[in-house]
Amino acid sequence: MALYEHVFLARQDISASQVESITADFSKVIEENGGKIAKNEYWGLKNLAYKIKKNRKGHYVLLNIDAPHAAIAEMERQARLHEDVMRFMTIRVEELEEGQSIVLRSKADRDRRPARGERPGGPRGERSERPARKEFN
Amino acid sequence: MAARRPFFRRRKTCPFSGENSPKIDYKDVKLLQKYVSERGKIVPSRITAVSAKKQRELAKAIKRARNVALLPFIVQ
Repeated sequence: MALYEHVFLARQDISASQVESITADFSKVIEENGGKIAKNEYWGLKNLAYKIKKNRKGHYVLLNIDAPHAAIAEMERQARLHEDVMRFMTIRVEELEEGQSIVLRSKADRDRRPARGERPGGPRGERSERPARKEFN
Repeated sequence: MAARRPFFRRRKTCPFSGENSPKIDYKDVKLLQKYVSERGKIVPSRITAVSAKKQRELAKAIKRARNVALLPFIVQ
């Protein structure tokens, strides 16, 4: 079976428990079609980089899947029909990531640190690598 | 030739090649953000010194991140 990473974004005004039930629905579809979910990660309500269907925020969920193509196709079909799912993306990967993904790890870092923004311009070391920006704007 | 020039700039090496370099992943917004301009465009490799192979990977990761709204397509 093939390995996939599936990310989907749910509408901002639904609750976290509703998001969980969507995740459960998708997991069921996968399992019924002979696949399995290796990992299921809820990233929380995150700000979107741009508006999608008038939503400024969205619930992000990542699923690591080991399933045949038919199962993925069926899940994507249902995601397309689902009203609360704004967007999804499935990517074929060579290997699934072990442990938490970078999103949750960096979030844990941020929670540990008390104050954000002591260095407003980002890390100082980066400065020299980014010369005049005007050229390519 | 380099000695003649008053400002000799050391040739930078690819930040993704070599040992314990970061892995390019569309989920790693913090890393990808270093390789997009303030307008949200992908910075050319001649400026960031990313190798051609890694630049292709990087561009793909940035485009994936844009699709799931982790990165903007444009910043007004």
